Amino acid sequence: MTNEAIPNLTAFDEAALDQAFAALERQARDGASALSSPEAVEAFRLQWLGRKQGLLKDVSDRWLKAAPPAAKKPVGERFKVLKELVETLLDAALGAGPSDAALAAEAIDITLPGTRRLTGAEHPITRTLNEIVSVFAALGYSVGVGPEVETDFYNFECMNFPPGHPARDTQDTLVVAGQERRAQRDRLLLRTHTSPVQMRTMEQQPPPVRIVIPGKVHRNDAQDATHSPIFHQVEGLCVDTNITFSDLKGTLDHAMKALFGSSVKTRFFPSFFPFTEPSADVQISCIFCGGKGCRKCKQSGWIELLGCGMVDPAVFAFAAEKQPAYDPKKISGFAFGMGVERIAMMKYGISEIGQFYAGDMRFLGQFA
Amino acid sequence: MKILTKWLRAYLPPLPVDDAQLAEDLTLRGIAVEGIYSLGEGNGSLYEMDITTNRVDAMNHYGIAREAAAIYGLELKPLAVDLPAAQPAASPYSVRIEAEDACGRFTARVLRDVTIGDSRDWFPGAEVDTYFKLLEQKKISNAVDATNFAWLAMGQPTHAFDLDKIEGGIIVRRARKGEKLKTLDGIERTLDPEDLVVADHARPLALAGVMGGWDTMITPATKNVLVEAAWFEPMAVRRTARRHGLHTDASHRFERGADFAAAPVASAIVSRILLANGGTIEGDLVDVRVPALEARTVQRAPVALALSEVHRILGTTVDKEGITAATVENVLTALGCTLASSRSEHAAWQVTLPSWRLDIEREIDLIEEVARVYGYNRFANTLPSFGEGVRALPWAESEAAVRRTLLAAGFHEAIASTFCSAADAALTAPQPAQSVPLGNPLSEEAGMLRPSLVPGMLAMVAGNLHRDVSDVRLFELGTVFSGTTEKVDERPALAFGAVGALPEQSPLHPVRPIEFHDVKGVVEQLLARFQSRAVYFDRFPPEAGLTPAWLHPYRSARVVIEGSTVGWFGQLHPTEAAARKLKEPVLVGELYLDRLYKLPLRKPAARDISRFQPVRRDFSLVLPDTIAWETIDHAIAALQIPELVEWRVREVFRDKRLGAHEYSLLLGVTFQAADRTLREEELQSFHAKVVEAVGKAGARLRS
Repeated sequence: MTNEAIPNLTAFDEAALDQAFAALERQARDGASALSSPEAVEAFRLQWLGRKQGLLKDVSDRWLKAAPPAAKKPVGERFKVLKELVETLLDAALGAGPSDAALAAEAIDITLPGTRRLTGAEHPITRTLNEIVSVFAALGYSVGVGPEVETDFYNFECMNFPPGHPARDTQDTLVVAGQERRAQRDRLLLRTHTSPVQMRTMEQQPPPVRIVIPGKVHRNDAQDATHSPIFHQVEGLCVDTNITFSDLKGTLDHAMKALFGSSVKTRFFPSFFPFTEPSADVQISCIFCGGKGCRKCKQSGWIELLGCGMVDPAVFAFAAEKQPAYDPKKISGFAFGMGVERIAMMKYGISEIGQFYAGDMRFLGQFA
Repeated sequence: MKILTKWLRAYLPPLPVDDAQLAEDLTLRGIAVEGIYSLGEGNGSLYEMDITTNRVDAMNHYGIAREAAAIYGLELKPLAVDLPAAQPAASPYSVRIEAEDACGRFTARVLRDVTIGDSRDWFPGAEVDTYFKLLEQKKISNAVDATNFAWLAMGQPTHAFDLDKIEGGIIVRRARKGEKLKTLDGIERTLDPEDLVVADHARPLALAGVMGGWDTMITPATKNVLVEAAWFEPMAVRRTARRHGLHTDASHRFERGADFAAAPVASAIVSRILLANGGTIEGDLVDVRVPALEARTVQRAPVALALSEVHRILGTTVDKEGITAATVENVLTALGCTLASSRSEHAAWQVTLPSWRLDIEREIDLIEEVARVYGYNRFANTLPSFGEGVRALPWAESEAAVRRTLLAAGFHEAIASTFCSAADAALTAPQPAQSVPLGNPLSEEAGMLRPSLVPGMLAMVAGNLHRDVSDVRLFELGTVFSGTTEKVDERPALAFGAVGALPEQSPLHPVRPIEFHDVKGVVEQLLARFQSRAVYFDRFPPEAGLTPAWLHPYRSARVVIEGSTVGWFGQLHPTEAAARKLKEPVLVGELYLDRLYKLPLRKPAARDISRFQPVRRDFSLVLPDTIAWETIDHAIAALQIPELVEWRVREVFRDKRLGAHEYSLLLGVTFQAADRTLREEELQSFHAKVVEAVGKAGARLRS
């Protein structure tokens, strides 16, 4: 770059010096204010501070060196001030970066929605199952599972539903074809509850047992808003010496508080299941109205949530055939079971049980 | 079941509680009142009740009154059974029990000169008209209404026969092969030799404990009546009822165990009401009993009960005093038990059981009664001590890794039906002819246990498209079934289905449809979670017959890991897509997780990152269509140059300037050494080797 040469200095008196330096100062300021790009800043730097052709070198070469000895000092002082000004202007220009105008030209619409990489949603049943299982895992329960196709023995007989017993009528069963000729206890069916895994676990393992069993079950029921032939249960079993009904109450009270909040209350009602005695139904205080009574709890303030009871000695007797340590005189235990769909429907405000099995993206996407 | 509080209260001294409180107290003791409906001034309330199947004794007014008496410690009024004096009979009415295994007791009472007519409130304690109106129970005739009244009052089924239609006398026996009986519902039934019948000397008159017969039913013309009140064995009644597809009030009670001692009482209630409209009793009640069945029911041996056992099972109570010997005695006595102090070391009492509670058989049953009447909510909430370490399922981590991968790829988790049609089973079963049919399917379309998750996945994808949801990405982790009706195998599987746009939403960039390689990428990422180097994908010509019929033969791949086929995926076969009315190409696949779960999950391990500059080189190749990327990939891998740290396809494209059956591929290669900066001569040598290798593989460098 070639600079326009600075004028020769003809007089070195104060006034002449002031005028000459003021002109340069003005030129520097004007130049600096117009800087709009990094390239322009660099050009400004070369124009003033370039080692070979910079204006300041020119001033130094031609004004300072040419000054008579008496004027050296005043020229030198003014030169220093000018140099500092140029450096300050340059620093400011470098620090400020591109001008606002330059930046404004790069504006984007930040109100447009962000790019979303959609992630999948865990099924609400999986999510609820996992929640329940982890509550019991924290209480020392391991996870167990069993087959969905069971024998009559495991699903019914060893759970104290003897062949021909009316209690079997309460669980309409889907059966595998061609079982008529087999012995009753060997007949294959779709398990109607997760309870058979209680027996499968006890046959494998002497007490103590603390196990929680999530799983899919089937019944020959017509589908409506709250019933489905396919549904899920979580079963629990705790067997040890000195397990009592009050332990059952305490365990489920704790679990319900962990699942639904610490203000939830539980109450227990006598009920009937062939494989537990005493048997109980458990209600929790309505999670929607806090127990005051609302449409969801049919104004009762309570919601029925699970079945439970002390393991019937007849069930232990079946287990003792393979594991003699299940002597009902020496050990005791409790079992409980809950419907996962019902809990998920309550927790997430789902009105139709069929939505769980339709695979509708719009339904599932709500759980992401 | 409907219960009138007005009727209940008739059996109890004045109750200190109102109907709402009574309902609450009963419910908390397992006699569940589901609804309370006020019936107006002076009529009390109607309870809608849900009594558990084990408590048939409480499915009537007297049974519930007994529970209330136990709760409040009140004296229950006995049922009134006083009858007018009988006229002497020439001889007792002939009753014989032939089927001694199935009928334990049969009582017969002869009533002469009765008048069949309308029911009314006959006398205090027999307010038939009032109670039936409140219960909305249809009145039929005073004779039938009397038997229904006894049923509602105390839960004992009875039957009234037109005596003049009976020949000779009563025989309780099994039916003879081919015998016919027209029952009260008007149906002519052919009997099975297993059926239990009440017969006369000529023919069957009624299905015992299930339903009366047409020919001997009470008519307006009936003059003389035989009142039956009996005890039939549960299984005999259950089998008879089931065989004829009948479920009546009577069969319901007998199947679950009736009260052996109740027959004479019920007979008296029916007779008293019928005689209120005129008539006389002839002879004494004929009461034939079978000692063996009497011994099993009303004469059962006492059950030993120990207080220590009550405490061992029930645990801690809120109340400090807890359950004492007095508590046990009061509860059980109120329920009709008789307690005798036991001389045994292990028991405090020998408990004689009430005849109406056949559900009580063992010590634990008595403990339940104590807990129930004492009140479940009076027990404390305690926690058992910790047992042992918690174990997870062996495949839990693998399953979680699979689920996480698919969720991260934008697939929603779904759960489909466990069942599929026979056609879908045949189409998708990985092992042909290994599908298991159901004996009583929900529908024909759900006749098989699913051998594959694909049918369910396709149904869900189609469901979305038919509901105008165009972007679908679903997966299911579920069980598939194979084997035979003798032995069914269950395996875990994964299915996924996708159609529509990629899971990226931006108004600034064009959205492109999901395609084969997007899904392949998900599968690759999934497999990368497992510890294996030997993963490949391949494809077979259609004539090999290996590709599943549901897949497009040229747009699908088999997935192989460690030499084992772990699944198939690709575009749905156009024929199947058309059959399901799917216009868009659907991507679908299934992985056999049992095989995948045999591999351990990959354990991350760090290695040092080279601090020397990597050098990147691009090679623009031209290839004939017959040469797949895999060939180039293998050729470069075979060079085994340690400094060749990465190579990948950067772009594949077709260009008009190329030959008709050629395509262009941009190969990106990275060289890097761990210990030095690569020199120019080295790079030139590597470059030459790559060019030579791809050349041998069939590619030429684009000029």
